[in-house]
Amino acid sequence: MANHDYETHEHDVIVIGAGGAGLRAAIEAAAQGVSVGLVCKSLLGKAHTVMAEGGIAAALGNVWPEDNWQVHFRDTMRGGKMLNNWRMAQLHAQEAPERVLELERWGALFDRTKDGRILQRDFGGHRYARLAHVGDRTGLEMIRTLQYHGIHQGIDVYMECTIARLLKDGDRVCGAVGYWRESGRTVVFKAKAVVLATGGIGKAWKITSNSWEYTGDGHALAMWAGADLIDMEFVQFHPTGMVWPPSVRGILVTEGVRGDGGTLKNSEGKRFMFDYIPEFFKGETADNEAEADRWYEDKKNNRRTPDLLPRDEVARAINAEVKAGRGSPHGGVFLDICTRRSADYIRRRLPSMYHQFKELAGVDITKEPMEVGPTCHYVMGGVRVDADTTQSTVKGLFAAGEVAGGMHGSNRLGGNSLSDLLVFGRRSGLYAALYAKDFGGTLTVDSAQVEEATRRMLSPFERSASGENPYSIQSDLQETMQQLVGIIRNEADIKEAIKRIGLLKARARNARVEGHRQYNPGWHTALDLDSLLTVAECSALAALERTESRGGHTREDHPYTDDTWGKVNVVLRLKDGRVQVSREPLPEMPSDLKALFQERK
Amino acid sequence: MPTFTMQVFRGDRRAGDFKPYRVAVDPGMVVLDVIHRIQATEAPDLAVRWNCKAGKCGSCSAEINGKPRLMCMTRMDLFNEAEPITVAPIRGFPSIRDLVTDVSYNYQKARQVPPLRIKPPEPDGTYRMMQEDIDRIQEFHKCIECFLCQDVCHVIRDHEENKRAFAGPRFFIKLAGLEMHPLDTVDRSAFVKDVAGVGLCNITKCCTEVCPENIRITDNGIIPLKERMADEFFDPILWLLRRFRSQKKQPA
Repeated sequence: MANHDYETHEHDVIVIGAGGAGLRAAIEAAAQGVSVGLVCKSLLGKAHTVMAEGGIAAALGNVWPEDNWQVHFRDTMRGGKMLNNWRMAQLHAQEAPERVLELERWGALFDRTKDGRILQRDFGGHRYARLAHVGDRTGLEMIRTLQYHGIHQGIDVYMECTIARLLKDGDRVCGAVGYWRESGRTVVFKAKAVVLATGGIGKAWKITSNSWEYTGDGHALAMWAGADLIDMEFVQFHPTGMVWPPSVRGILVTEGVRGDGGTLKNSEGKRFMFDYIPEFFKGETADNEAEADRWYEDKKNNRRTPDLLPRDEVARAINAEVKAGRGSPHGGVFLDICTRRSADYIRRRLPSMYHQFKELAGVDITKEPMEVGPTCHYVMGGVRVDADTTQSTVKGLFAAGEVAGGMHGSNRLGGNSLSDLLVFGRRSGLYAALYAKDFGGTLTVDSAQVEEATRRMLSPFERSASGENPYSIQSDLQETMQQLVGIIRNEADIKEAIKRIGLLKARARNARVEGHRQYNPGWHTALDLDSLLTVAECSALAALERTESRGGHTREDHPYTDDTWGKVNVVLRLKDGRVQVSREPLPEMPSDLKALFQERK
Repeated sequence: MPTFTMQVFRGDRRAGDFKPYRVAVDPGMVVLDVIHRIQATEAPDLAVRWNCKAGKCGSCSAEINGKPRLMCMTRMDLFNEAEPITVAPIRGFPSIRDLVTDVSYNYQKARQVPPLRIKPPEPDGTYRMMQEDIDRIQEFHKCIECFLCQDVCHVIRDHEENKRAFAGPRFFIKLAGLEMHPLDTVDRSAFVKDVAGVGLCNITKCCTEVCPENIRITDNGIIPLKERMADEFFDPILWLLRRFRSQKKQPA
């Protein structure tokens, strides 16, 4: 280390990312008695989980005693068009209720039923009202609860610290290297086990509900360290983001609006979702308004409104209506809750939606409909993990939450993310701690790896004055992904996107920053391009490979779902600096679980 | 497209000044959008914290024309194009760079708060709580930790020396929420009085005024805490009674 000195922190387990999954992982690892470091890109409590609105899906059976883990499992698999890792979906459905009750024991206050239990709300693709919630700010309640529980568990928290590379000793992970946002100085974390809990990749698209942090760091870190990614073609466009004014385009409008009685209408005032019920969901979806309306009060004798089909279906439908010229003035459709519900009800159930539209769009949702359209929201794909332990294909590297792949198949149901964070966050913390305890060898941090990472991090400062502003490269990437790898894709577009990503990579190598290393967002943006371009390329390559349409991947040149594709994941791994694409079989579901899908249609 | 003059603080705790930027503003834009536009064009290294851009994470606190606000929820059409708009970091905390401040005081105070310790569950292993018993606490739980209330609180705004023994409005509602939690068993009275220093608050309600979540910090949080303190420590009859009665709650 001739040129750069750096500080080193040593832990048994480090967790990268402090949203729901990361916090839960850190809490569990600490409970196992190992030393834990929690590294977050922002301040503690600001992670993306804070924006989750609608609720946590868990078959508590408080509102509908008929609900149980098998029904939740079945809904999740069907929502993911059967491409989910069955074991993850099973563990998730089985363990989610206990994880919710545990949050309550740690101080979370969910909205209550009349008899004082946790109230549950309807959401898309869930057979029963299943989402434990707090108005429309469930994510805030969850992160605050975990945060205030977590700070008393002896976890060392490293805030505003961005990880740039994982460190390896042979075939094992042995830590990570990154920089402090405040000082710009290099920091090294030495650890026996690393948990990735970095969230998603949505910042690669222009219209997105995701914040600046969502640059696919964990996905890229894992891949660079030799881990496999799966299902990267599956990107969820949430059907309802704000569309007007332009500066708020993409901000999320919770599915809870529809769960609580809101309906989608086109410019002709028609509830168009009845025209978009796919064969796969016909049996459980109302095909007329009268039945759909009755369903809100009587779920036993009526089928669910098509407004609450899974998100991929609704997003495609909205997209088609707008294309057909039946959109709202600003290129969305109308979402109307004021016709069905009283102003008081809306303000009580959806306070932040009321506030958000009132403040940012000048729209009173208790009196007029909202204008909404699809917004990039979530990536189903991620690090390939062992279902039970969350360990990746690299020893000592674990992943949980959005950065992990498999749990949601080709499309995630609303509410299944917060429960995923808790269930697999806990598991990742547990198994990372056990791995660290069992590991008897010694690990050495290779200073050459640290030096190389530091050199990369500092390189934008050393480029010539002709270098490019990183913000324009990021913005061009977002434009490319939005136009060419969006909701509806085709071969020519995806190939064009891959070509352009190649050019953008070259431009990124010439990105230049001004000023110094202390809290310099231009520099941070330049560094984030590394992971952002990596995940954009992965997503495009996987989208090109999968020549069918399923869930969050729609190919207009291959518009049908193909059974042979239903048996494989698209797997991406790095070989000699290039991303290799392969198809590998899905784990086979055991027959007792298969039977759940034959019982009723 | 109207063009505004933004006077943005550039610098750190050692030196700094307001720098003017001329920015074209589209309909519906908020102050944070304008800051982003300055970053993307003139000043890529302009330091600012932000995450959700929807008033939910509480990262982008600043003082806009002297008023503590969230940049993401402050629409540009509030302002007159002819007048320059100043954007300064929140003054209650030490500057790091430009609009970013060192808010670690809040994280230190957070760690001091005695956590929830809950009573045993119902026979079925779960808990019952009535909605009306948690309405008030749910109001406190709306807090997005933007720390604008901490910024504006004049017990600490210009009195660094008070920070040691004063938790601030954010943590008064945190404490009030714990004290009112139906499942909690901890008695935090001594903490509220001696460590959090609720007595220093002279209920000017500045915190309530700037709260972007419209939490009635003073009326619903601080005043009930103060009343408890008055009963607990300064009411002679209650004091006597307590001497003869076993305490229900365990001290923190």
